[in-house]
Amino acid sequence: MQTGYFGEFGGAFIPEILHETFRRLTEAYETARADPAFWNEYLRLMENYSGRPTPLTFAENLSRRFDRRIYIKREDLNQTGAHKANNVMGQGLLMRRMGKTRAIAETGAGQHGMACATMAARMGFECTIYMGAEDVERQRSNVFWMERLGATVVPVTSGSRTLKDAVNEAMRDWVGSMDNTHYVLGTACGAHPFPAMVSWFQSIIGHEARQQILAAEGRLPTHVYACVGGGSNAMGIFQGFLDDPRVHLVGVEAGGKGLASGRHAARLASGTGVVGVAQGYKTFFLQNDDGQMLDTHSVAAGLDYVGVSPILAHLHASGRIRCEAASDREVLDALQLLMRQEGLIPALESSHAVAQAFKELPTLPPEAVVIINLSGRGDKDIFTIADALEDPGWRRYIRKKAAEYSVSEA
Amino acid sequence: MSPTSLEIHIRARLAEQATDHPILLMSHLVLGHPSLEENRRVIAAMADNGVDLMELQIPFSEPIADGPVIAQANQSALDHGFRVEEGLAFIGETVRRHPQIPFLIMTYFNILLARGVERFIRTAAELGVRGLIIPDLPPQEAAAAMAACREFGKGNLDWIQLLTPTSTDERLGYIGERAAGFCYCVARKGVTGKRTDFDASLRHFITRCRAVTSTPLAVGFGVKRPEDVDALRGVADIAVVGTAAMEHHAAGGAAAVGTFFGELSRGRRTAATV
Ligand SMILES: Cc1ncc(COP(=O)(O)O)c(C=O)c1O
Repeated sequence: MQTGYFGEFGGAFIPEILHETFRRLTEAYETARADPAFWNEYLRLMENYSGRPTPLTFAENLSRRFDRRIYIKREDLNQTGAHKANNVMGQGLLMRRMGKTRAIAETGAGQHGMACATMAARMGFECTIYMGAEDVERQRSNVFWMERLGATVVPVTSGSRTLKDAVNEAMRDWVGSMDNTHYVLGTACGAHPFPAMVSWFQSIIGHEARQQILAAEGRLPTHVYACVGGGSNAMGIFQGFLDDPRVHLVGVEAGGKGLASGRHAARLASGTGVVGVAQGYKTFFLQNDDGQMLDTHSVAAGLDYVGVSPILAHLHASGRIRCEAASDREVLDALQLLMRQEGLIPALESSHAVAQAFKELPTLPPEAVVIINLSGRGDKDIFTIADALEDPGWRRYIRKKAAEYSVSEA
Repeated sequence: MSPTSLEIHIRARLAEQATDHPILLMSHLVLGHPSLEENRRVIAAMADNGVDLMELQIPFSEPIADGPVIAQANQSALDHGFRVEEGLAFIGETVRRHPQIPFLIMTYFNILLARGVERFIRTAAELGVRGLIIPDLPPQEAAAAMAACREFGKGNLDWIQLLTPTSTDERLGYIGERAAGFCYCVARKGVTGKRTDFDASLRHFITRCRAVTSTPLAVGFGVKRPEDVDALRGVADIAVVGTAAMEHHAAGGAAAVGTFFGELSRGRRTAATV
């Protein structure tokens, strides 16, 4: 069996021209991984720059409401408001080791792009972010911040003009620029070593959560919930508990308008994902009979992706994790309940984990101890969330603002 | 490995040119872009204007090894409802219509996987396709596919290897050992569609390729003008023309593609008829 495989999933299906680049990256990653000094440097950086360790907050009101003990892992408190910071800072340190000076990245909603732009600013790298033209239109506020942080944002007009097309475009850049450029892939997907490397940086979540729950409860959780886009935050927290078979690990995908509608991004939970090879790796993809990738849908842009981490695909196929889907509607309800009960504003992505936990909590044994990974905060996504909640006051405000701009620009 | 029928064909075509530095032309087109109907006209125009080999690309939704122009063509073919089954039927028809030209299929691995790798390769062999170019299936992953080519192709269907300047000599050697038909040399860092300087570094790269394989060498990516083809004489055996032909098609249809290849091959034909 070749390296970079997890069961039958993973691998490196890349154009030959990138072979040497991936070989060197794999070498740098393996060297760093074998060097405790690297991890220590990473921990210090995350402590100093991103407020780690993030708390494991006991959700007092929800625990009372559901009569089960509920904890929330606060990845929303990271620099730029999501677990994405763990990955970009790790890869930034690796870039320094490799002597690269330019970072490129794909982004869907702009979360990873923004995290990458902050990393590049802090580390003094040039930065180019590829973003589907449609996403550039939808996520102006993140584009605004990336540009202000000094990154160049390139709208991608090929394909379906969304995340997967941004990945392809970033690969195209890399083919011509690998001498000084590192591709900071944003999730636990893509060709080897990315799934393993990104999961390694994200494992900081699970290491902390394990210690924290043991300190708080004196025992392991019974259930851990995490949303699954590409799979990096789920891999992050699951790694704290993979070797404890009694801990139920639940990955929650985007159920969109419902699995029956076909408008979702549930590659594992829907049972309709088919094993294939695209974007450099082998996993379950939502594709048609010809092998062409399908359009996906989710209220949460960060979960709206056709592929899924090969490591999660393997854990799913081997039965170690369970995959479920939460619909757009369930997610919006869960988001509001969490806000009202605990004063936490979750990202739409993270709200999928919250929604699934809420669905299951009433059926869990009374002694259940649950951890929900809150991968990101929602207040920075005010445009998307206010839209999704159809908030009338917000609409009036936007109309008024638009009118002001059209007067001042006339 | 002894030369396959494709290599023998290429050598014979090269020998027909009465010049010290013969060169063949290989064109590329994306099936279903803008339509199979139009593909048919373009292929006829290419065949009438000196094209020696043709690469027919089966569109894929994630064409990671293609430049923006060809990637866009992939997507537009899919938007117009391209289906693989139809594409394969078209390839069969094309092979029968132009028996003098070796046709190769270029596509991505998932298209093979979706149909079943063996079944796809068996179909390609039955249709008379002479080679497969699958840029996202590196040789260390391709053992089964290469074996299927040998089994079903019986020496008439080659798995075409890609050589790139970024590969180490060791890696080139590994790939060269598996070469059949010809090798596809990627002339520059970067994906298809931008200008290449056919300079010393290319010559150096081709020398490295010659050291690892005795098969003919095709140089891909970036050929736009007759001078580019001339610059490859004495360096490579086959000049690959992709994006430029698509740009001519967009500007002036099949007729413009014919004129373009006519210009590219003129020097060769006069040399051949002298
Ligand atoms: C807050 C948040 N959570 C989750 C995700 C999904 O990514 P992953 O599955 O890699 O954690 C994203 C992606 O943008 C995100 O921004």
